[in-house]
Amino acid sequence: MLEYALKGNKKYWSWLLFLSIIIAAGFYFYLRQLNYGLGLTGMSRNVSWGLYIAQFTFIVGVAASAVMVVLPYYLHDYKAFGKITILGEFLAIASVIMCILFVFVDLGQPSRVANIFLYPTFHSLMFWDVVALSGYLVINVIITRVSLASENKHIAPPKWIRPVIILSIPWAVSIHTVTAFLLSGLAGRPFWLTAILAPRFLASAFSAGPALLIIFCYIVKKLTKFDPGEEAIKKLALIITYAMCVNIFFILMEFFTTFYSAIPEHIAHMQYLYVGIDGHTRLVPWMWTSAILSIASLIFLIVPRLRQNKKILLIACSMVFLSIWIDKGLGLIITGFIPTPFGNVIQYWPTIPEALISLGIWAIGIFLITIFYKIALSVRRVIET
Amino acid sequence: MKSGRRKFLKVAGLTAFGFASDKLLGNKALAAVKLLEPGEINKELETAGVIKGERLVMIVDLRKCVSEKGCTKCIDACNHEHNIPDFGETKDEIKWIWKEPYENAFVDQENFYMTEKYESKNVPVFCNNCDNPPCVNVCPTQATWKREDGIVMMDWHRCIGCRYCMAACPYGSRSFNWRDPRPFVKEINSEFPTRTKGVVEKCMFCEERLAKGQQPACVEVCPEKALVFGNLNDSKSEVRKLLKENFSIRRKPGLGTSPEIYYLV
Repeated sequence: MLEYALKGNKKYWSWLLFLSIIIAAGFYFYLRQLNYGLGLTGMSRNVSWGLYIAQFTFIVGVAASAVMVVLPYYLHDYKAFGKITILGEFLAIASVIMCILFVFVDLGQPSRVANIFLYPTFHSLMFWDVVALSGYLVINVIITRVSLASENKHIAPPKWIRPVIILSIPWAVSIHTVTAFLLSGLAGRPFWLTAILAPRFLASAFSAGPALLIIFCYIVKKLTKFDPGEEAIKKLALIITYAMCVNIFFILMEFFTTFYSAIPEHIAHMQYLYVGIDGHTRLVPWMWTSAILSIASLIFLIVPRLRQNKKILLIACSMVFLSIWIDKGLGLIITGFIPTPFGNVIQYWPTIPEALISLGIWAIGIFLITIFYKIALSVRRVIET
Repeated sequence: MKSGRRKFLKVAGLTAFGFASDKLLGNKALAAVKLLEPGEINKELETAGVIKGERLVMIVDLRKCVSEKGCTKCIDACNHEHNIPDFGETKDEIKWIWKEPYENAFVDQENFYMTEKYESKNVPVFCNNCDNPPCVNVCPTQATWKREDGIVMMDWHRCIGCRYCMAACPYGSRSFNWRDPRPFVKEINSEFPTRTKGVVEKCMFCEERLAKGQQPACVEVCPEKALVFGNLNDSKSEVRKLLKENFSIRRKPGLGTSPEIYYLV
């Protein structure tokens, strides 16, 4: 089926070329980072995780969100998702690969990465996260490969694939839960030390992921004869609405516990995020943008008349995606380190090489999605014609 | 006969308790038992063989330390002993011992109208070599681990540089080699390895000196004898005596990490 990815019009090839240029730029800066060390980034002794781990955390959510189409389609036999389920699964594969790359570029000694498997350490959540992510990747590769191959040959998929698909549902939940545990199990970082972190991650993932899927569906629809179906989009929009309500509710719960209990160490992080500490306000405009975007998107989503308008839905989806990208892909990780365990405020901002390496990984993800969708749609068009 | 059985039950109970407290609860549980005479538990545990071997701890006598007068002897000795680079900036800095203002070292123990001396006090801080180290818990490759005698070790050849230990450490005790440190080491001490970029490092109570029967470099060099190092399990040790006779505090004891650096105030 891979041959479908090798045939395409001029637009397809120039798009891939464009992405390749961004990937090459990112790769160049990665080589520089490899040579100089992670000091090339904005990270420091005090803020020792930055954009890479933050992006990783955000994208794990996008990967997990495939479950929002897989579950209704396979478990509840919800036929309307028939056309987009494969798109969701491919989105998951591309996302997991991006996650692995983001963790990889964050390593100080990447050549020793195999040590994670050579000395498996069951009490380390990092070990379990690697297991969960690689397992999820394998499961989704098997599912998409087998179901597309059967579709290509006009035969029903083999029966054994169903249990694998069912397994992918709790597995999707597990990747984001374990990623939350990675942070919420640390006694010394009050900002992450909250039992609601995993549920919050899932709620934000189930808003941002399907929002991205709707955006992709519209792009694909515009470029090809593919039609995701109106009902599928409507249902996805409803899922985003519910997930976004829960997400905002969870954030408000964090506010309550932090400010009513009034433990200084806990308040300090929130203060840094939303008002700044002693004039250190680097994340403040970002966080307010995120807050305003999420409230505004919720209004667009909750009112059925607005949600059912295609243009408004697209805007709302973009707002949801951007809002959660800021909240999780920027604020959440960095603020865990600010203030430091000594109560000092030492700020962080990614450097240009760091940002370009991250952009390169995003370009790899979009590159993969492009060819995956190309393959899936080629198979589909064969069926339809 | 009767007393023999009683003694047996007592020791067995304490032994089980000792194991439970050590393995499951850290040493938090020990403090919870106040029914017995002071020292009775330790005595029983020692005779029963539950407390054995070494438990290495450091005592910092803040009454003697003159770091606020600009004394940096312990820091200098450590930097030289362990080939610690000086980059001349704070972003990439590596430090094993350094000074923190009292209010930063003891963030949760700030009081109003504290003795004036402590308002401006500089506290030497190091890796606490915790009895229940969170860094060891999170490390995905066992590149950091706890020795029998309590020292939390680092293997610079196994560390993959994920910095999860730095996120887990509640004391900011760990440093990462953000760039090649070797050109920035003033005078290389060939007795101790230099590090490569991309690995984490920290104080290990000078285990290389202990192996030769020497005291840690900072302890040896302190002109005020403000640093005392020893085996807390040894009832005749100086550290044991100091802790018995003086009021001591530890950094963030509420987190359950059980730091092995005690400060006399």
